[in-house]
Amino acid sequence: MSIAEVFGKARTENRALLIGCMPAGFPTVDDSIASMIAMHESGCDVIEVEMPYSDPVMDGPVIQKASDIALANGVRTRDTLRIIEAVASAGATVVLMTYWNPIEKYGVNAFARDLAAAGATGMITPDLIPDEAAEWIAASDEHRIDRTFLVSPSSTDERIAMTVAHCRGFVYATALMGVTGARTSVSSQAPELVDRVRHANPDMPVGVGLGVGTGAQAAQVAGFADGVIVGSALIRCVLEAPDRANGLNRLRALSAELAEGVRNPA
Amino acid sequence: MSAPTLPDLSGHFGRYGGRFVPEALVRALDELDAAYRTAKTDPEFQAQFTDLLLNYAGTPSLLYRAERLSEKLGAEILLKREDLNHTGAHKVRNVLGQALLAKRMGKPRVIAETGAGQHGVASATAAALLDLECVVYMGETDTERQALNVARMRMLGATVVPVTNGSRTLKDALNEALRDWVASVDTTHYLLGTAAGPHPFPEIVRDFVGGIGIEARQQCLDQIGRLPDAVAACVGGGSNAIGIFHAFVPDEGVQLYGFEAGGDGVATGRHAASITGGSSGVLHGARTYVLQDEDGQTVESHSISAGLDYPGVGPEHAWLHDTGRAEYEPVTDAEAMAAFQLLCRTEGIIPAIESAHALAGAAKIAPLLRDELGRTPTILVNLSGRGDKDVHTAGAYFGILDPVETLVPGEQE
Repeated sequence: MSIAEVFGKARTENRALLIGCMPAGFPTVDDSIASMIAMHESGCDVIEVEMPYSDPVMDGPVIQKASDIALANGVRTRDTLRIIEAVASAGATVVLMTYWNPIEKYGVNAFARDLAAAGATGMITPDLIPDEAAEWIAASDEHRIDRTFLVSPSSTDERIAMTVAHCRGFVYATALMGVTGARTSVSSQAPELVDRVRHANPDMPVGVGLGVGTGAQAAQVAGFADGVIVGSALIRCVLEAPDRANGLNRLRALSAELAEGVRNPA
Repeated sequence: MSAPTLPDLSGHFGRYGGRFVPEALVRALDELDAAYRTAKTDPEFQAQFTDLLLNYAGTPSLLYRAERLSEKLGAEILLKREDLNHTGAHKVRNVLGQALLAKRMGKPRVIAETGAGQHGVASATAAALLDLECVVYMGETDTERQALNVARMRMLGATVVPVTNGSRTLKDALNEALRDWVASVDTTHYLLGTAAGPHPFPEIVRDFVGGIGIEARQQCLDQIGRLPDAVAACVGGGSNAIGIFHAFVPDEGVQLYGFEAGGDGVATGRHAASITGGSSGVLHGARTYVLQDEDGQTVESHSISAGLDYPGVGPEHAWLHDTGRAEYEPVTDAEAMAAFQLLCRTEGIIPAIESAHALAGAAKIAPLLRDELGRTPTILVNLSGRGDKDVHTAGAYFGILDPVETLVPGEQE
C-alpha cells in the first residue's frame, strides 16, 4: 500500500497510524530484517528504515549507537536497499529515512529508481530542506517516491506552508526542539505545530516524532496527529536485549503496546 | 567569477555551500543572517569590532620579511604574523566578531566545537570578555592530546564537554555542537570555528577574518611597493586561508595556494586533504569537498596537526578550486615538520604545525615560481598561529624530550 492509502485506511478506522523506525543492518542485515518484520507483524503500520550514516546530527545517542554498530558491521547502501526489498516483500509499507550525502553519492536519480524498485513508497530527508531539493524533487517525481520533509516548532508559518507544499504522502513534525530519543513526557509544542500544519494544508497527513516511547504517549500523540513515529524506544529493545530472541520479543511487545495506544487516542 | 560577490543570497558558491541542515535550524540561520546583514553596515557594530581588534587582539598583525628563511628558500618570504595575536592565532578575529554578534542578538550563551583546542580557547576568551556563557565540545581523543588547552578553557570559565561518540575528534565535536544547537537555539549562538558549515557561516567567518588579507595587501604595498607573486596558507576547514586569500582574489597577478594536510601521503589514505584527496559531497551543513567512502560515509582524517585534522573544507575553497582561481596541494606531515624546524632555526619563530604546512608549501612552490617568473619570487605566507600548543607533539616527533616526557598524553604506549 502507498502511504496515502495507509493513512486513508487508518482514517476510516478512526485511528492514528504507527510508524516504527529501525536502522538498516543493525546489528546485522539479517537481524534488522527480522526486527522490521516482527514490528510489522506486531502492529507497526509503516516501517521506517533508517540508513546508517557516519554523522547523524539529528539523532540522539540511541540511534547514533545503533548506526555506529551497523556501520562497524559493514552495512552498505546496497544492503539497505536489499533490506527494504525483503521487508516490503513481507507485506509491509516501507519508507526510508536518510541523511542526504549517501544519496548524493549514489546518484540522486539512480537512487530514486532503485528505491522504488526495492518497494519503498517514500523517503524522509532529515537534513535536506526543500530549498536545496530541486534534484530530489525531480527524481522522486519521476520514480513516484513520496517525499517527506520535516517541520519544526521553530519553523515560521511561511516555511511550514512551503515545506508542506513540497511533501507528498505525509509531513514529519518534529515535536520538540532537539534530537531523537524517548522522553518522559510528550512535548507541549507538538499539538500547536500540528495545528499550524493543518492550517497550511488540512489534507496533508502529519506524523509526529521525537520523544514517543510508551503506549500511553502514543495514545496522547494519536489524539492530535495522523501518525505516531517511534524510533529510539524500539531500537533500545534490541540494543538492551541479552540475545536476539529476547530482543524480538521485546520489539513485538512494545510494537503491540504502541499499536494499542494509537487505537485509543487520549 | 570574482568571489567578492559570492555567496549568492541563498548561500551558494556555484554548486557549493548552501544549507543541508535539519529544518529546526533554519530559523536560527535566518536570524543570524539577518543580524549579520544589519551589523555589516552598522557603524556602531563595526566600530566595536575594530576597537576590539586594535586594542584587545593586537591587530593589525605585523608583516615580517623573513631574511634568513628567504635565503634558504630562494624566494622573498613575507610572513603575516597572525601568531602574534592575542590567543596566538588568527582565530581571535572570528570569535570576537561572532561573540559581538551573539550579544547583538541577545543570546547569553555560545557553544563551540574545537579540535586542537585553539578555537575553543579563543571562544572561551571572547566569552569571558563579553560575559557570555560558553560550552565547548571537544572530541575525547583531542581532550587527551591537548590537555593544556582544556585547562586554559576551564580557567577562562568555559565548560568543556568531551565527546565520546564516533571517532571522538573534531567532526564528532561538530556533530555534538549541532545537536546542542538544535535544542537550544533560542538562547544560544553557535560560534562556528571555521569558514565552513551552513550559510551564512562561511560568509560571516570569511568576513571576520578577512582583515588578514586586507592588512597584508596594504602592508605589501607600503613595505615593498607591490603585491606578492603568490599567497600561501594552510587549509583545514580553511578560515585562515580564506582570510588571507579574499582580498587578493581580484588581483589576477597574485597566485593563491592552499596547502592541505597530506598526513602520511594522499596515496596512503591517511591524510586530511579534502580537496586533493576527497570528492564532492555534503557534510556539516554544506556541499563541499569531503573525505568519504563510495557510500558517502565520512572517512576519518589523519594529520599530525590537530587543527587541520578534519574531513571537510569550507565551500568557498571548493569553489576557488573548481574555478582555478586558487590551487590546492597536499603537504605531508614530514614536509610540514621539516618546515617547522627550519623556521625555528632560521627565524627564531616556533610556528603552529598548521602554519608549518603553509611554510612547507611555500618551499615547494618557490623554485617553480622562480622558473616561471625568471626572477626571485615574493611569497606571502600566512603564519596563522604560534606553536606553543604543539611543543609536546613536535618534541616527541623530533625525539628531543626526556624519555619520561616522550609519551604524548593520552597515547597508549
